[in-house]
Amino acid sequence: MTGPLTIFDKPNSYIGKTVPRPDARRLAEGRGRFVDDKQLPRMVHAAFLRSPYAHAKITKLDASDAATSAGVVAVFTGADLVPHVEPYVGVLTHLAGLRSPPQHPIAVDRVRWQGEPVAMVVATSRAAAEDAAEKIIVDYEELPALTDPEAALAPDAPRLHAEFDSNLAWERTVDVGDVDAAFQLDGVTTVEREFRFGRHTGVTLEARTALAEYDPAEDRLTFHYSGQAPHMMQFIFAKHLGLPEENVRIVAEDVGGSFGIKIHTYGDEVATAAAAKLLKRPVKFVADRNESFVSDIHARDHIIRARMAVTGEGMIAALEFDDITGIGPYSMYPRTSAIEANQVLNLTGAPYEIENYRARARVVFQNKNMMCQYRAVGHPIAMAVCDGLLEDAAAAIGMDPVEMRRRNLMGDDSYPRASAAGMKLDDLSHHKAIVKLTELMGYDALRDDQAKLRDAGVYRGIGFCSMVEVTNPSPMFYGVGGAPIASQDGATVRLDAGGGLQIASSVTEQGQGTNTILAQIAAGVFGVDIDRVRVKTGDTEATPYGGGTWASRGAGIGGEAMLQAAVALKDQVLEVAAAILQSSPDKLDIRDGHVTDLDGAERMSLMDLARTVYYRGNELPPDLKPELIATRHYRVTEFPFVFTNGAMAAHVEVDTETGIVRVLDFWAVEDCGRVLNPLLVDEQIRGGVVQGIGGALFEECLYSEDGQMLNASMADYLVPMAAEMPDIHVAHIETPTKTSVLGAKGAGEAGTGGAPAAVMNAVNDALRPLGASIWQMPMTPERVLKALGVV
Amino acid sequence: MSKMQSVSLTVNGEAVTATVSVRKHLVDFLREDLGLTGSHVGCEHGVCGACTLEVNGAMVRGCLMLAVQADGATVTTVEGLADSGRSDAIRAAFAERNALQCGYCTPGMLASALEYVEAGGTADRDAIRAHLSGNYCRCTGYQSIVEAISDVISGEVDA
Repeated sequence: MTGPLTIFDKPNSYIGKTVPRPDARRLAEGRGRFVDDKQLPRMVHAAFLRSPYAHAKITKLDASDAATSAGVVAVFTGADLVPHVEPYVGVLTHLAGLRSPPQHPIAVDRVRWQGEPVAMVVATSRAAAEDAAEKIIVDYEELPALTDPEAALAPDAPRLHAEFDSNLAWERTVDVGDVDAAFQLDGVTTVEREFRFGRHTGVTLEARTALAEYDPAEDRLTFHYSGQAPHMMQFIFAKHLGLPEENVRIVAEDVGGSFGIKIHTYGDEVATAAAAKLLKRPVKFVADRNESFVSDIHARDHIIRARMAVTGEGMIAALEFDDITGIGPYSMYPRTSAIEANQVLNLTGAPYEIENYRARARVVFQNKNMMCQYRAVGHPIAMAVCDGLLEDAAAAIGMDPVEMRRRNLMGDDSYPRASAAGMKLDDLSHHKAIVKLTELMGYDALRDDQAKLRDAGVYRGIGFCSMVEVTNPSPMFYGVGGAPIASQDGATVRLDAGGGLQIASSVTEQGQGTNTILAQIAAGVFGVDIDRVRVKTGDTEATPYGGGTWASRGAGIGGEAMLQAAVALKDQVLEVAAAILQSSPDKLDIRDGHVTDLDGAERMSLMDLARTVYYRGNELPPDLKPELIATRHYRVTEFPFVFTNGAMAAHVEVDTETGIVRVLDFWAVEDCGRVLNPLLVDEQIRGGVVQGIGGALFEECLYSEDGQMLNASMADYLVPMAAEMPDIHVAHIETPTKTSVLGAKGAGEAGTGGAPAAVMNAVNDALRPLGASIWQMPMTPERVLKALGVV
Repeated sequence: MSKMQSVSLTVNGEAVTATVSVRKHLVDFLREDLGLTGSHVGCEHGVCGACTLEVNGAMVRGCLMLAVQADGATVTTVEGLADSGRSDAIRAAFAERNALQCGYCTPGMLASALEYVEAGGTADRDAIRAHLSGNYCRCTGYQSIVEAISDVISGEVDA
């Protein structure tokens, strides 16, 4: 081997290796530490009475019977909390014009969605709290419910908020090139479709859970949090409960799934913290499954009319669409409910060379549960619209959809560059990805089988998606708009006296394997066995300050900070070692827990070195003042986001008699830059694909016209289960991002972002010989049969 | 206030006597009264499978059974399966294959997997998937779970 060893090839380099998670062994023994597993002295339990109406005035609220019910400690109404909780407003300044009225944790005078908290009961047990909640008497004067976002935009529609002149929360347009002229070009073929994306939600298996404890002596709130962004929540509780920020501690240990659901400000959780402060004792709230469905944020809910013009050679001449999205009665705090529509405008068509692009998004208030960011924000919509039209156009001009992509995808050697919507792009590999994908799936053979089976009356389809994913966001995502959301993350690495490492990071773990990735990086870069690394995340009191894990940023941003911290600690240790060994740092290395010469010969153990520093400092030169701890922070500076790309394909069979779509196979080729742990990243992609298949085929929050959620139970809301899911074949292309040494981009949302488009294209490919097509998700059997004209 | 009743049962090999509210679910009793927090509550209506545990040799939903119904029963939770070594191979396979992410479904998933393996289930992937069809996992996409179970059946696990 020539040249010095790098962090990627030296001993103890775990980067790129399959390393099982220590957390997995613990969790499989039933030793999880989820919020509801904690019981604290004097702890009491909260239950919420929620609005049965989508829109109503509260004309009377009598909680006197509830207050004297057995076990009840306190009852709080919306008005009771007004003096104690500053209302919140979900707007950001970089989303110019976005508006939303102040929101209270518990409704005051008026309810605006079915499920909005109306009163909170705190009692010695959850059962006692629920018994008492049933005794609260509320009189409502029902008001017209605005559920359809298009109807809510009508000039004569009733207004959801009296202070606004319409139900429009935000509008954005993009207009690039000359779209009108492009649609008029001679020889172009135009396809035009109306897409509908139903509402769905995260269905985290662990429901939202909050446990708040307040120490009046120190004016200190500790909030045991099932979520993704501890420091953001620290700010929110401090600001809205009137506490010094440093007096709020957020602790997130094991989190039973989040996917973006548990990263928002929920009234019931704020009320739980307020109650703990007012009662001066721990208060726990665990959403039950019905509460989850009517109060966890929903996602999607878009109606999009879109058209694409293509030339006879299959080149995209223009793309245009109009998006209306319903967000519920408020913009969610603090990330807002306009980000998804904003992403749809930013991302649609981003893989392709498109010069003429026009889009409008309107974000509309309505009387449904609130809509906000959920895994792959905006991506499934953006990808389904563009790739749906692309395959529609390919069929219209008689071109293979893969060939159509080859002609339109941005060249792998064309970066850095910008997309039509102005997104800065670099280090992408769309062409390599689609080539690898077609090889992986055996495309030509599949097409042959498809043709043969059609003759036998079996309708199979193959559909693709070429996609981009927003990962590693910079301050331009939220911070720039005034949100209390850090885009930089910190990492600390400390060498302990025993020769092991204690590491801490501000990114968080919800099952992705964040903690393992951090340990791999620290162990490998520094030079110890991974078993000698203890990881701390999810505690504002014990980690550096940072944003947490969301937008596929944990490995890329948190990992780079950890790499930098490990390098800094290594430098310190080698300086100490050089003094002790009378050598120089550039002649030494750390391998397998020992300071070594560059040829690997062991000179002293890290334990010896650390014990010398900590216990026997008298043996060191007086001017040497070693730290043996290093903290580094990292943020992305050159780009708003570090985009990744992928290519996916679905193989489906449509039963034309029942309308049932079965996914037979799924392939995903993903370029997330440097792969840190294939085992973990493959599982992230597979899980994401399954969530995407859920949105494409099964999952929908169904509402009646008067705003009642009709399927708010797991028996009625369909999620993907093992028997319906295919095996998912994953392969990688590694184009490391130049924005970091580590070179890692995100991967967590790719599957959810790309799978719906691929599945929709596959279904339409299957239906094409029957002259039918479907543009609404989920593609339920009923909708498929309607598309076929059977019902 | 609901009625209370005394129950005696064996939980993970230990004799337990307690007075419980007659409306309390078995899984809540295990979690809240006995501190056996390994069993998880996901939907409380028998759909998600997170609370799957063993009662008198059968895998049941801890949220569809009352604690008082377990009077006289022998109950084994995920903690008991680990302590006795009964789940050693399946746990090793789950870790090796990363057949869990957040770990919330895992206790129930392990119970269902063990039920399949101990009943002599084959390594046929469709059969494994069919057996797991009552256990919801939002994280993994199920494939790694299928592979872990298949590994145990094929003897490809070092427990």
